[in-house]
Amino acid sequence: MSEHHHDHDHDHSELSETELRVRALETILTEKGYVEPAALDAIIQAYETKIGPHNGACVVAKAWSDPAFKKALLEDGSKAIGTLGHVSRVGDHLVVVENTPERHNMVVCTLCSCYPWEMLGLPPVWYKAAPYRSRAVKDPRGVLADFDVTLPKEMEIRVWDSTAETRFLVLPMRPAGTEGWSEEQLAELVTRDSMIGTGFPKTPGAPS
Amino acid sequence: MNGVHDMGGMDGFGKVEPEPNEPMFHEEWESRVLAMVRAMGAAGAFNIDTSRYYRETLPPDVYLSSSYYKKWFLGLEEMLIEKGYLTREEVAAGHAMQPAKALKHGKFDLANVERVMVRGKFARPAPAPARFKIGDRVRAKNIHPATHTRLPRYVRGHVGVVELNHGCHVFPDTAAMERGEHPQWLYTVVFEGRDLWGDDGDPTLKVSIDAFEPYLDPA
Repeated sequence: MSEHHHDHDHDHSELSETELRVRALETILTEKGYVEPAALDAIIQAYETKIGPHNGACVVAKAWSDPAFKKALLEDGSKAIGTLGHVSRVGDHLVVVENTPERHNMVVCTLCSCYPWEMLGLPPVWYKAAPYRSRAVKDPRGVLADFDVTLPKEMEIRVWDSTAETRFLVLPMRPAGTEGWSEEQLAELVTRDSMIGTGFPKTPGAPS
Repeated sequence: MNGVHDMGGMDGFGKVEPEPNEPMFHEEWESRVLAMVRAMGAAGAFNIDTSRYYRETLPPDVYLSSSYYKKWFLGLEEMLIEKGYLTREEVAAGHAMQPAKALKHGKFDLANVERVMVRGKFARPAPAPARFKIGDRVRAKNIHPATHTRLPRYVRGHVGVVELNHGCHVFPDTAAMERGEHPQWLYTVVFEGRDLWGDDGDPTLKVSIDAFEPYLDPA
């Protein structure tokens, strides 16, 4: 067998059992006329290109810049975001929760993996895994330590367990030293984790 | 059901380990599983609550040792078999052998892709006035249904306060079992950390769940 064989010939011996089973299922669904493989490709492409934390970052940056938008966002997240053409796919039931000097918010789904896909993209593995799901509601400060995040001792910590079709997005506090920044500049500071509540926005001027 | 999926408050799973620069999918097959679940759901083979229920009913050792998309795959395959969309013989053969079962919304083709990228609507007209108002003290019922529920174990029996009213939504407990949507009022109910976890709990912690009205009693 040449060295190139491995790279170019994906015969079955190189596929895992799971890969084989997944392929078989797709073959059956296609042969039965339930799905069109090109439509599956298009779904994957849409997830890979259209959704992601940049959507949430735009919303946060606008809320930092526009007090009227922020007020509307906190009153009805879905409705406020629906007015922004480029991120209008959010659907119903998005609740935006604001971090303040007195309160830090953190979002979890202890029962499965509920997450605001349209705002943040597909969730990372850790969000869907047992360590986070089990501990976020009982020892959130311990969980935050795993992210190297420390909160002031007296700060209230509020954990939102996404047990229904409501979805939660954290509005982090605007970093100091960003006076006069444009929404585009601000959006660059907004991290995915800061909108889950397991991190903070980037510090202006700090190396990324 | 009191399954291992209901993880809130369990100990022993270790540290959270974020992966730097995590890819959207770790294996190509994961993306195919995601797409098949979205497509077959949109075609009407099952609703979101039923798909969750099938993942929850995986044997506990399988649930805990399978990756996320592996659980999705195992749940999808079993659900499609039990709902009559394919047979175990077809799965074993890797090919269709039986006539197809009609899908409620027809074949999932390219024209349907845009539809799955917009979140579904779960709000429904209210069949009755809300029983609770914001600020009410409520007790999460001590119930242990063997079927699907969205009332996590760690709040059962505990008293919290109604903080938000989200209107009436599809009731997962019946929808998952294909016994109808039976819309119910949905509230955010907030609990004190120490009420849930005792005197050793974090005194600065408050935890909320979104609770359907049938999960709650006045307190």
